[in-house]
Amino acid sequence: MTPPQRRRRQPLPQPPAPPPPVPRSAPSPADGQEGTEGEGKNPERLYIITCADGERAPVDLVTLIVARAEAPSSATPEQTAVLRMCAAPLSVAEISAYLRLPFSVVTVLLTEMLAAELVQARAPIVRQQLPDRSLLEAVMHGLQRL
Amino acid sequence: MDFNGSDTIPGPRAEDHLPHTTTAAAKIVIVGGFGVGKTTMVGSVSEIRPLTTEETMTQAGIGVDDNYGSETKTATTVAMDFGRIRITEQVVLYLFGTPGQERFWFLWNGLFEGALGAVVLVDTRRIEVSFEVMGRLEEGGVPFVVAVNTFPDGPRYPLDDLRAALDLPPEIPIVECDVRRRASSRDVLMTLMRFLHSLALSRSLT
Repeated sequence: MTPPQRRRRQPLPQPPAPPPPVPRSAPSPADGQEGTEGEGKNPERLYIITCADGERAPVDLVTLIVARAEAPSSATPEQTAVLRMCAAPLSVAEISAYLRLPFSVVTVLLTEMLAAELVQARAPIVRQQLPDRSLLEAVMHGLQRL
Repeated sequence: MDFNGSDTIPGPRAEDHLPHTTTAAAKIVIVGGFGVGKTTMVGSVSEIRPLTTEETMTQAGIGVDDNYGSETKTATTVAMDFGRIRITEQVVLYLFGTPGQERFWFLWNGLFEGALGAVVLVDTRRIEVSFEVMGRLEEGGVPFVVAVNTFPDGPRYPLDDLRAALDLPPEIPIVECDVRRRASSRDVLMTLMRFLHSLALSRSLT
């Protein structure tokens, strides 16, 4: 008996990185410099909270959220819950799981809380063109202990 | 919302708190068809009880031409189980068990972008279920390894035959595993890490 047969695919050309978000009130970003800016191959996300109306903070499932303030009296129950559970760092995925709210809803909630400086976000480690070998070695070491 | 009383406010158990020194998290994705053992694998290596996050799409049928422009909204919910392993005082690793269906990709398009890599979990009873997701990973340039979860009632193929059937290039590892066993699941993750490490080495030489 032979299994069904697949055909491998080739990587698609990756879409160009979106331009970094710019606060609306800020002076326009260095006109004439964008030629050099876009070509740097740094895949790190910049966690700039632009807070244009309706815009969501670019939080990932594994962005770590840490409370940086007590719940203000005006806090909603959800905000209070987030501040309590984020006394220690907690991923957005875990917040979504504990609150039983969809990821996108939690993203909106956190966008407001980041803007109000109630919480702080720690950016995730993302895959890079040239992977960080010391990180991979640390992960292997950590797995070995399991 | 079901957390009105202050004593029922949800959150991690005290022993599940990450240390304050934790600066960053990385993620790995375990993909495969329904019932292939993704959740079992997440659970067998996770240090926390596996949790579930979900995403809901309420826009009218993306990818469904019939619904285009109509007022009816269809809510699609896709759930993902995930677990967590603390690596160092600074770094924590998350494992997401994700379904392979196409509708899923619209909801979680950021999931694979930043993932260090993926494990494609294959069930020999239905290996074609994994074809689409493998193609997507290849197109997206996401490095992956293949793990064959052995089911007692599944057909047994030599790994070389499976490699040929999956059209896997020689450098991509394919291993057998029993996801119910922690050591076996851990070995699959180690295989992925060694593969990523070898990629890092070869790329640093070019």
